[in-house]
Amino acid sequence: MKNMTQTETNQRRRTVFFLIVAVMILAAVTAAGILTEGCAVETDFSRRNLSPSLQHLFGTDWMGRDMLARTLSGLSLSIRIGILTAAVSAAAALLLGTASVVLGRKADAVISWCIDLVMGIPHILLVMLISLACGRGFTGVVAGVALSHWPSLARVIRGELIQLRQAPYILVAERMGVSKLQNVRRHMLPHLLPQFLTGLILLFPHAILHESSVTFLGFGLSSEQPAIGVILSESMQYLTTGKWWLALFPGLALVLVVALFALLGERVRRLLDPSSAHE
Amino acid sequence: MKHRLQFTGKKLIRMALLLLGVSIVTFLLMCASPLDPLQTNVGQAALGTMSPEQIAKLEAYWGVDTPPLTRYLGWLSDVLKGDFGTSLLYRQPVISVIGQRLVSSFWLLLSAWVISGVLGLAMGVIAGAFRGRWPDRLIRGYCFLISSTPSFWLAILLLLIFAVWLGWLPIGLSVPAGMDAAAVTAADRLRHAILPALTLSITGVANIALHTREKMIDVLESDYVLFARARGESEISIILRHGLRNVALPALTLQFASVSEIIGGSVLVEQVFSYPGLGQAAVTAGLGSDLPLLLGITVVTAAIVFAGNLIADLLYGVIDPKIRKGASRG
Repeated sequence: MKNMTQTETNQRRRTVFFLIVAVMILAAVTAAGILTEGCAVETDFSRRNLSPSLQHLFGTDWMGRDMLARTLSGLSLSIRIGILTAAVSAAAALLLGTASVVLGRKADAVISWCIDLVMGIPHILLVMLISLACGRGFTGVVAGVALSHWPSLARVIRGELIQLRQAPYILVAERMGVSKLQNVRRHMLPHLLPQFLTGLILLFPHAILHESSVTFLGFGLSSEQPAIGVILSESMQYLTTGKWWLALFPGLALVLVVALFALLGERVRRLLDPSSAHE
Repeated sequence: MKHRLQFTGKKLIRMALLLLGVSIVTFLLMCASPLDPLQTNVGQAALGTMSPEQIAKLEAYWGVDTPPLTRYLGWLSDVLKGDFGTSLLYRQPVISVIGQRLVSSFWLLLSAWVISGVLGLAMGVIAGAFRGRWPDRLIRGYCFLISSTPSFWLAILLLLIFAVWLGWLPIGLSVPAGMDAAAVTAADRLRHAILPALTLSITGVANIALHTREKMIDVLESDYVLFARARGESEISIILRHGLRNVALPALTLQFASVSEIIGGSVLVEQVFSYPGLGQAAVTAGLGSDLPLLLGITVVTAAIVFAGNLIADLLYGVIDPKIRKGASRG
């Protein structure tokens, strides 16, 4: 028995350790990106199109910009946009998901209809449209990604709350005269917190992927900014001449960051979910 | 049977309303755009040299001076008559532009949809059957990695490997460059569609594989599988007769519901391979502020997605009698 408790704490400790390391890596990338921003736009035509070497780990591009610096500042930008948009999206999802349960059947019908509507348009098309409406650029991307990612989480929250509404302790509280709003705040939301948190963290990868996709298509950040989407869309012109490093490393770095976020979300879920917290 | 018809009818009405909503939202978003279509398409320099009359004519062509509500109502009444307007960039009826693009996208989307579905199902079944062992870990790792990968980067990588390094497949476009349209053979088209279809297929498997795996594990832990094992049925036979049969329909339903993701992916992939499909037309229309075309494309894609969802809903009813009853009542 004693042995078992020991492995439990180890597993838990390992997860917590992983979480700390992952957050630190992401924070380091973000900080490094902000610091290298000056480096990223620095052009030097004496070192054009260098393939990766010790001096320039990721090589340089057609204007002699260091690809490592560009990638880092691109990632940093992506992470910051991802955090911003995921937070807005998750807040909207929480608000609408709760409203559809609390405000009665009509509100529920309207909100469900909106969820279906937003989910009916392919994500990338919707982000494109919203970005257009905001005049592209930074605002366009942020608005586009923030306003298109709430439906799935809102649906989860709504479903969870509808189930929860029939739970005995909620019914008892209602009978005892606790107001609806109080009930939601005191009894339902705390119950929802783990799911909401993991939903929030799992929104990051989506947000980052869509941000870079939309930028890649030309609807997002402008081409002067060192975004991953811009880097990859520029690299397309140089592929046929064999400059593989322009596309390979920045994309790989993006995949790693997105995967790290996804792992983070998965681990947090396992830690918070009572059914797997002690595995 | 009557219930089923009622259920379908209700869903169809809901679908029509949603399509109306999609068109309104798209229209509003396009109207709200501060980007001036004249600036983007004609250019500041050219505008400067034009006479006011010419500019007024162009403004009328791009519909800048008409109030949004009149434009929308005009568009809607035309659509109900089957006329989606004229594309401003291509100077052709929107319907014919979409028709051409949809035909070339259709085979791409369909093959990617079928391949990713079959592959995902097979991977899910294998992972579920080997739960916790290396095939399971491998498949789960692959799904995790692929869902963290932007599809356009994967497309670039495949392009780099197969078209630039190995030179096996063409770089892009749906037909060889500089070739007469009549001289293009089906084999040419196929060769040009391989890479885009491959990209879409290998990115599409993650979701369905993971869901199938969960279902498969549920099935293999059930009492009837335990009984089958006790009777001495072989593992292969259990997986094929009890596992595959039970997970096939939910997987099919899921695949119908995920049409939207494949279409979304095709926008990016077509752009990378400059494949002249619907997705590429959407990007062109968006960048050029071609309102009628983008509106048409969005409505048509939404209709395809809703149709997929409708089929998924109906299939749920086929699998689960409880849902069938509940749906017809409420």
